[in-house]
Amino acid sequence: MSSSMTGKNLKTAFFSALLVLAVAYPVLGLKLTTVGIRVEVHGASPLTLWVIAACALAMFVWQLTRERIAGACSGIPRPSMPSGAGNFLTLPSTQRWALLALVVVGLAWPFFGSRGAVDIATLILIYVMLGLGLNIVVGLAGLLDLGYVGFYAVGAYSYALLSHYYGLGFWTCLPIAGAMAALFGFLLGFPVLRLRGDYLAIVTLGFGEIIRILLRNMTWLTGGPNGISGIDKPTLFGLTFERRAPEGMQTFHEFLGIAYNSNHKVILLYLIALLLVLLALLVINRLMRMPLGRAWEALREDEIACRALGLNPTLIKLSAFTLGACFAGFAGSFFAARQGLVSPESFTFIESAIILAIVVLGGMGSQLGVILAAVVMILLPELAREFNEYRMLMFGALMVLMMIWRPQGLLPMQRPHLEVRP
Amino acid sequence: MSRPLLEVRDLSMRFGGLLAVNGVSLDVQTKQVVSMIGPNGAGKTTVFNCLTGFYQPSGGSITLKGEAIHGLPGHKIARKGVVRTFQNVRLFKDMTAVENLLVAQHRHLNTNFLGGLLKTPAFRRSEQDAMEFAAHWLDRVDLLEVANRPAGTLAYGQQRRLEIARCMMTRPQLLMLDEPAAGLNPRETEELKQMIGVLRDEHGVTVLLIEHDMHLVMSISDHIYVINQGTPLADGTPEQIRSNPDVIKAYLGEA
Repeated sequence: MSSSMTGKNLKTAFFSALLVLAVAYPVLGLKLTTVGIRVEVHGASPLTLWVIAACALAMFVWQLTRERIAGACSGIPRPSMPSGAGNFLTLPSTQRWALLALVVVGLAWPFFGSRGAVDIATLILIYVMLGLGLNIVVGLAGLLDLGYVGFYAVGAYSYALLSHYYGLGFWTCLPIAGAMAALFGFLLGFPVLRLRGDYLAIVTLGFGEIIRILLRNMTWLTGGPNGISGIDKPTLFGLTFERRAPEGMQTFHEFLGIAYNSNHKVILLYLIALLLVLLALLVINRLMRMPLGRAWEALREDEIACRALGLNPTLIKLSAFTLGACFAGFAGSFFAARQGLVSPESFTFIESAIILAIVVLGGMGSQLGVILAAVVMILLPELAREFNEYRMLMFGALMVLMMIWRPQGLLPMQRPHLEVRP
Repeated sequence: MSRPLLEVRDLSMRFGGLLAVNGVSLDVQTKQVVSMIGPNGAGKTTVFNCLTGFYQPSGGSITLKGEAIHGLPGHKIARKGVVRTFQNVRLFKDMTAVENLLVAQHRHLNTNFLGGLLKTPAFRRSEQDAMEFAAHWLDRVDLLEVANRPAGTLAYGQQRRLEIARCMMTRPQLLMLDEPAAGLNPRETEELKQMIGVLRDEHGVTVLLIEHDMHLVMSISDHIYVINQGTPLADGTPEQIRSNPDVIKAYLGEA
């Protein structure tokens, strides 16, 4: 009995070590170097090879002794929060205060942070907005949407095209972009929402790609792969933030009589993003307490029971899909304004995956979780720029660790329950 | 006799080569309790699924107050006042008991989007009314003290009662109960029997019942339909059914 156990352990340990070698050697142990027009494969430095070997050995020893170590360590608490604290953190009231604190920090941020920091914060806010929008679809209504980036693209191109062809400003186009994305969500939702689960995921994935490919191939309208550039930046009550005002406009610094500072533009963009995020937070917060929000929740739990009670599942799903798309549209038009350039390459599947990862990482349905996860997902790669090659590896590791320690997400939320007064 | 609330004629349901329901006809009079009995696999639940629009019947007609409802999607039939419970309880388990009841009132609520966003007085009033209606029924089924607990954490008997209360939220004309006494102890079954009586007498609800508990069926039904292997076997008052030789044979097997 014990010898067979040891034999089994030995086998597992051997294969684990082999797996380490098989994964690590091609990734880290081989280097591609360009020599003239050819690419040559070289071995990495002996040090790297020794490190890989040491890792494999460590894995071997670890697999062999794992059970004994686990047995010895069972007294030591696992690196998760004590249940009391966890419960406290997921309470709606706690999260509301945390959100308020975050908003205050967010408002103060541009006046203390550097230009780069504000810029990254703006990027994070775009993803927060996307995460919040997708959270409606995935977290609240339980519809796995892998093509969310399509609506983001619709929003971005709506503003880009209107600005390019008709010279319309950001504030006029913002609601139009939201409405366009919502319209697309509505139209695409009609056929696909009969499907469920995996099927829905695949079809939405397809739609996301179709939108991107359409944008790339309708060259006469969208400029094809080159995209549309020179999109106007947002203005503030008709004041532009450029150094010199175009005809018929006044610049911000002239109006106030201060020196031109290019930081003002960055700060304005940041504040607009913050405003949009606040709007999204507010709307979604109300939605969760409305009959519609309850219907989403109910539909996620049991569609058949919903139908038996006279709720129209298609309509309710469609509303979630449309609203989610609408927020993506807002985010998209803001994205276009910030970049000044849109091209189909900004809307690849990996964007959908990142947004979905933000929702899942944060904890389905939780707004604070989405914010936290967006910060983690966007800030980490920015901070660790020198490890850029290993970015996907880090994402993978992060996901695996999350699945082990907090499968429910960083900050899952207990929904605000309505109570009968005693 | 007045026109029945629900008239079913020659209902049949075919799954590929299997004829699960064959020529079933039902007449359900207003404010009656009508039961459907039959051995396991007789097709009773299939009939329910056809009546509530979960299956599209292969043949036959279903009329509610003279209006044809066969072929309509489930939620439309439910809106016409035909609601059902399920053999295995289907509550929204993560939602509280009272929220389960609020969801069921969805159709009667102020679902105006802007009204909800801005918390207009009309919206508040509508929510308040819904809450009171739900609390009223929670009290009726004796669940008021567990109103704020997630439905999944309630005891089985409580879940059964909550499911019936949830149906009552939609202000139904015809309440269809699929084995409501399954898994209940004798005391709970007795309470269920009284509750069905109250629903019929005080709330004017017509009840169509599938049940295996013969004591319950015989004591409460005004009319009983017996189905065997998808085909109607007999129908009549409890007395007639009790003494019908065909029914006895179907249930006990040939002597």
